[in-house]
Amino acid sequence: MLGLLRGIWSYRQFIIDSIRNDFANRFARSRFGFIWMVAQPLAMVLVYALILSEILAARLPGIENQYAYAIYLSAGFLAWTLFFELLTRTLTLFIDNANLIKKMRFPRIALPIIVMGTGMINNAILLVAILGVFAVLGHTGGSELLWILPMMLLTASLALGFGLILGVLNVFIRDVGQFVTIVLQFWFWLTPIVYPLVIVPDEYRYLLEYNPLFPIVNAYQNILVYGQSPDVVSLLPAVLLALCLLVAGLLLFRKASPEMTDAL
Amino acid sequence: MEIRDVGKAYSRYRSEWHRVASWFLPVKPSQQTWILRHINFTVRPGEALGIVGQNGAGKSTLLKMITGTLAATHGQIDTRGRIAAILELGMGFNPEFSGRHNARYTASLMGFDAEQIDAMMPRVEAFAEIGDYFDKPVRTYSSGMQMRVAFAVATAERPDILIVDEALSVGDSYFQHKSYDRIREFQAQGTSLLLVSHDPSLVQGLCDRAVLLEKGAIIKDGPPGDVMDYYNALIAEKENSKVEVRTTEEGRSQTISGTGEARISEVGLYNQQEQPIEYVRVDEEVELRARVTVNTALPSLVFGYLIKDRLGQHVYGTNTWHQEQVINDARQGELIDYTVKFPVKLGPGSYSISLSVHADDSHVSANYHWWDHAVVFDVVNERHPYFIGVCHLPTTITAQRHTL
Repeated sequence: MLGLLRGIWSYRQFIIDSIRNDFANRFARSRFGFIWMVAQPLAMVLVYALILSEILAARLPGIENQYAYAIYLSAGFLAWTLFFELLTRTLTLFIDNANLIKKMRFPRIALPIIVMGTGMINNAILLVAILGVFAVLGHTGGSELLWILPMMLLTASLALGFGLILGVLNVFIRDVGQFVTIVLQFWFWLTPIVYPLVIVPDEYRYLLEYNPLFPIVNAYQNILVYGQSPDVVSLLPAVLLALCLLVAGLLLFRKASPEMTDAL
Repeated sequence: MEIRDVGKAYSRYRSEWHRVASWFLPVKPSQQTWILRHINFTVRPGEALGIVGQNGAGKSTLLKMITGTLAATHGQIDTRGRIAAILELGMGFNPEFSGRHNARYTASLMGFDAEQIDAMMPRVEAFAEIGDYFDKPVRTYSSGMQMRVAFAVATAERPDILIVDEALSVGDSYFQHKSYDRIREFQAQGTSLLLVSHDPSLVQGLCDRAVLLEKGAIIKDGPPGDVMDYYNALIAEKENSKVEVRTTEEGRSQTISGTGEARISEVGLYNQQEQPIEYVRVDEEVELRARVTVNTALPSLVFGYLIKDRLGQHVYGTNTWHQEQVINDARQGELIDYTVKFPVKLGPGSYSISLSVHADDSHVSANYHWWDHAVVFDVVNERHPYFIGVCHLPTTITAQRHTL
C-alpha cells in the first residue's frame, strides 16, 4: 500500500500532465473546445425537458419555478454523467492503454487516478455551466451548494470502485464490457433521474433501496433543486459500499497486474 | 544487473473465470506454455550485451521483463539503478502537440518531476537539432524528426541500464552516428547496455558480449563475433545439417556448419612468391586458395568468401554467383580448386576470412559448407605513410597557401 502511494507521488508530474493533456487535446484543433465539453449533457437535458416537461412538471411538488423540471433533470444528470463517464472509462482503461502498459514501466495505478482527475474536472465544469443556466432561469442556491463537492467525491469513488473491478475483469473476459454497457442503460432508468420519485408505485419503492445511486442522485436533487442539505444517514450505505469496492478493486488490481500485461 | 534462472510462462485456464479464481484460491492452470526458461546472465556496469536470436526466440519478452513491464513467472531479475528503454521511439506522442510538449510528457512518463524536466529540456532541444520545429505540432514532423526528439528525451539523462531495440535503425545516418556516440559515451560512464538487433555489424561494433536465444533458452554466450557466426550458421541450418564449434590451436573458436554435399578443404593464403603467408603488407597482391570436394552431384554450386576485421565487422565479401561463375553441373567426386586473387587494400590489423559453398546468391537457402575464420592473417604497414582505419585509400593531399 505504501509502495502504491510512493509510486503515485513519484509519478505526480505524469498524472498532472496527463490530465492537462486531456484538456489541451480537446482545444488543440477545435474552436469551441470548451463549449463541446458541456454541450452534450446540456443537450440531453434540453431534449428530455422539451419532451417530458408537460407530463412531469406538475408532478414535482415544492418548487415554484416554471422551469422546475429542467432544473430537476440537470441535478440528476450531473450525478449520472460523472458516474457514467468514470465507470465506462475505467471499464476500458487497461485495454485502451494496452500499448503503454506493455512498453513502459510506470505505476499503473496512475491510470485510474488520471481518469478520476479528468472526470472530476469535466464534471466541475458541467456544474459551473449548470449553475450558470440556473441563474439565468432565476433559480439560485446558497451555502448548501458546498455539499456538491463531497457528493462528487462519493459518486466518483463509487464509479471508480465498480470500474476498477470490472475494468480488470474486462481485460481477461471482454464480454464484461459489453454486458456492463447494457446494465448501465437499465440502471439509468431504474434511478429517478428523468422522473420524480412520486411516480414510482409504493409497492416497488423499496427496490430503490438496493440502488446505491438512488441516495446519491436524491442528495444532488435536494441540494440543487430544493436547496436542502442531504440526509447524511441515507448516504452511509453508499459511502461504505464505495470504500469496500475501492479496496476490493485495488486488491483485484494488484493480484491481476502481473497477468494483465500478458493478456493485453 | 543479474538474471537468475528466469522463466516466463503463459498459463491457460479452463476458463477465464478459473484464472480470476486463481488469484485468490489454489486453482491450477490447465496448461502452461514456457516462452523462456532457465535464463541466466549478469551484466556489469559499463558492459554491453547483445541479444540475438530469430523471431519468436523470446528476445522481446526478455527485454520486457528486464524493463519491468512483464512479470517473470520464475526466477529473479535484480537490477540496480534507473532503466531506460528505447523500445518504440515516439510511442505515445500526440500529433497535435508540439515536440516540446510531447518531450515533456514523455519525460514525466519516465518518472521525472517538473524541476528535472525543466532542466533537461534545453539539452533535449539541442540534441534533437530540429530547429523551430521543436515548437510545432508533431503531425508536421517527418518520421526522422519524430525519432530525433524521441531519442533525445529517452537519453536526456544517463540511465544505469539502457535497453535498445531495433528501433534505432530508422532515421538518417547523421543522427544514427550521433546516437551511437551518445550510447558509447554513456557506456564509458558506466551504463550497461542491452542491445537487441539482427544487424551483425551493430552487435559487433557496440557489444562486448552477446547471447544467442533460441526457442526460449540461451544456447550461446560469448564474444559477439563468435555468437554472430553461430547465429548465421543457425539461420542456414537445415534438417540434416549440423553446427559445430571448434577451437583452433591459437584459441579462436570457429563455427562450421552445412549440409555436407560439398566440403571446403586445403585453404590457404599465398603471396606472389607462391608461399603461404600470415603477415601481409598493405597493398600486397595475394591469393586465397581453397579446394572444394563435391560429395553429391549438384545443379548449382557457388563459392563465397568474406573478410572480417578483428571485431567481426564485414570488410569485403562476394561469391561466384555475383561474379557469374556458378558451376551448374558439379559431378559427384569432382574436385574444384578456387583461386581468389586480390590486392590487400586494408589497414593494419588482424583479419579473418570465412568461406562457404552454397547453392544460390546467399547461404540461406542451401548451405553445403560454411567455415568461419578459415584463414586468419595480419596486415602490417611497411611502405606507406602512417594511417589508421580498416581500409587503404591511397591519398594525395594538396595545400594551397595564400599569401598574406
